[in-house]
Amino acid sequence: MRLTAEHIDWKVHGHRLLDDVSLTVESGETFGLIGPNGSGKTTLLRMLAGLRKPKAGRVLVDGQPMSAMRRPDIARAIAFVEQQADTLDRLVAREAVALGRTPFLSPLRPWSEQDDAIVSRALEDVGMRHLENRLWHTLSGGERQRVHIARALAQQPRALLLDEPTNHLDVRHQLSILQLVKQLPITVVLALHDLGQAMDCDRIGVMEGGRLIDIGPPRQVLTLDRLRHTFSVHADLIDDPQDGRTILRFRHAL
Amino acid sequence: MIPTVASAAPARSGWHWIWLTPLALFVAIMAGTAIGETSIPMDTILKVLANRFGGMSFAVDRIEAGIIWDYRLSRAILAACCGTGLALAGVVLQALLRNPLADPFLMGISAGASTGAVTVTIAGVGSGVLTLSLGAFAGAGLAFGLVVALSHAAGSGTGGGRGTQAAGAIILAGIAGSQLFNALTAFIIAKSASAEQARGIMFWLMGNLSGVRWEDVFLGLPAALTGLVICLWHRRALDAFTFGTDSAASLGIPVRRVRGVLIAAMALVTAVMVSMVGAIGFVGLVIPHAMRFLVGSRHTRLVPASALAGAIFLIASDILSRTLVPGQVLPIGVVTALIGAPAFALILIRGAKRR
Repeated sequence: MRLTAEHIDWKVHGHRLLDDVSLTVESGETFGLIGPNGSGKTTLLRMLAGLRKPKAGRVLVDGQPMSAMRRPDIARAIAFVEQQADTLDRLVAREAVALGRTPFLSPLRPWSEQDDAIVSRALEDVGMRHLENRLWHTLSGGERQRVHIARALAQQPRALLLDEPTNHLDVRHQLSILQLVKQLPITVVLALHDLGQAMDCDRIGVMEGGRLIDIGPPRQVLTLDRLRHTFSVHADLIDDPQDGRTILRFRHAL
Repeated sequence: MIPTVASAAPARSGWHWIWLTPLALFVAIMAGTAIGETSIPMDTILKVLANRFGGMSFAVDRIEAGIIWDYRLSRAILAACCGTGLALAGVVLQALLRNPLADPFLMGISAGASTGAVTVTIAGVGSGVLTLSLGAFAGAGLAFGLVVALSHAAGSGTGGGRGTQAAGAIILAGIAGSQLFNALTAFIIAKSASAEQARGIMFWLMGNLSGVRWEDVFLGLPAALTGLVICLWHRRALDAFTFGTDSAASLGIPVRRVRGVLIAAMALVTAVMVSMVGAIGFVGLVIPHAMRFLVGSRHTRLVPASALAGAIFLIASDILSRTLVPGQVLPIGVVTALIGAPAFALILIRGAKRR
C-alpha cells in the first residue's frame, strides 16, 4: 500500500511540531524515520496512522484521501504500534492480540474460528505462542512489545507503522523483530532511534525540528556531515569485510 | 507461580448463563419479597404472582397480598434495576477512563444528579418521576463534565495507562465535585425547603428504597435494560480501550462518538436511578471489580456478569437494610457503603502493590 503525506502541518499551543512535511512511502517498502528526540517522528507517524488530523495538508492511502475514509476502514488498512501502551486490566496475551480483530467484527458479525486462526498465526509470527495464556502484567517489556506487534499483525494491515518498536527489547529480540518486520510483504514505516538499525531500511527520512530535511537510501542520507549536524555526533562509516555492509562507529558527542 | 488464564478467565462455559441468569435473578427477587419485618412464606408469594400474572384466583390473605404486590415486589425489582444500572455505569467509566477507581458515586455524578433532582423538587417544576430524572440528568452531566475537566487540568489526563497517578487525580477531582454538589444541595434545601420537605429529602439522599411504587419500576426497568443493551452493543469498543484511546482509535473505534454515546447513556441511567432512590454508593466500584476476578476483563462476559451481580447485590443489600436493625429500616446507601468502603480499600492496596 502506498502511503502519502502532502504538506502536513501540526501545531500544539502555537508550537509547531510538523512543518510542511511531504513524503511518499511506496508499496512494500520498509521506511525508517530518524531524528533526535522531539523532532516530530511520533507526531508524523500518528498523522500517517490517522490518529490526528493535520492542521493543513492531507494524508493519502493509495491515492485516496484518508479524511474521506471511515475509521474501521482505516484500521483494516493500517495498523499502528505505539511506544508504550500499557494497561491495568487482567487480560492474557492472547486476549490482547485478539483486539486486532476489532475492525473486522461488529455486534452483528461475531468472533469466528477464522479469527482464532489469525490470532494464533500472529502470536506464532512474533514467537509468543507459548506465552499466550500469560497475564499481561507478568510479561516483560520485550514480551509486551511483541504482543503489541502481534496485535497489529492480527489486523492484517497493508501498512504497519511502528514507533520505536525495539526500545524495550534485548539484542536478540531487537534483531528478530526487525527481521520479521522487514520480511513482511506490506508497507512498513518505523520510527527508529538506533541509526545502525536504520541502515537496514530500504529508505530513511531524517526529521529535524518538525521538518523532513532529507530522504533516500541509508547510505546516501547518513553521511558524516549529516551525523555531525543533525545528531551532533562524530562518527565514522566502516565497511564490514565479511559482507560488505556499512557499520556506523560513533566516536563522541559534539 | 505465574497466574494463567485458567484462574483469570474460565474458558467459554457454554450456554449455562441463558437459564442460570434469569433463575438467579428470580430467586433473588423472591428472597427480596419474602424476607422482611414480617416474613412471608414462598407459596403465598407464588400464589399472589399466579393471581396477578396467571389469572388464577388462589385464596390469600389480603394484607399479605398487599405487602407483596404494593410494597415488596416492586421494591425488589427496582433494587435489581438500580443495581444493574449502577454496576454498568461503573464498568463503562472504568473502561473508558482507563481508571480502576472510576465510579458514578466517587466521581460525583450521583451527587450532581442529587442536586439536579432536589432543584427540580424544590422549584416545583413538577414532581413526576420523569421531570425529576431530567433534572438529575442535567446535574449528572454537569458534574461529570466538571470532574473530568478538573482531573485533566490537574495534569494527569485520562489516556494511556499511567495507572495510580491518573487514578488519584480523578478521585481527588471526584471529591471536589461531590463536595461542591452536596454543598449546593444542602444550600438549596436550607434556603427553600420546608422542614418536612427537608427531612424527606435528607432521607432520600442517603439512598432509600422505601415508598417505591410500580410507576418507578416502569421507568427504572426500561432504563436498566436500555443501559444493558447499549453496553452489550459496544462490548468490543469497550475492549478496544484496553490500551488507551489512541489504541482504540487505531483499532477502528470512532472514539469521540463511542465515548459520547456511552457516557451520556450511563449518566442518564445513573440520573434515573438517583432520582428515584437517591445516591447509592460503591455498587459501580465493587461489582465490576469482583466480576473481573470471576469472568475476566473482556466485556462480552463482564457486562452481563456485572449487570446480574449488581442486581443481586442491591436486592441483598436491601434485605440487609430492612433486617439488620430490628424495627428500623436503614438507608440502603449505608449498607452498600459498609460493604463497599472496605472493598475500595482493598482495590487501593492491590493497585499499590502492582506498581
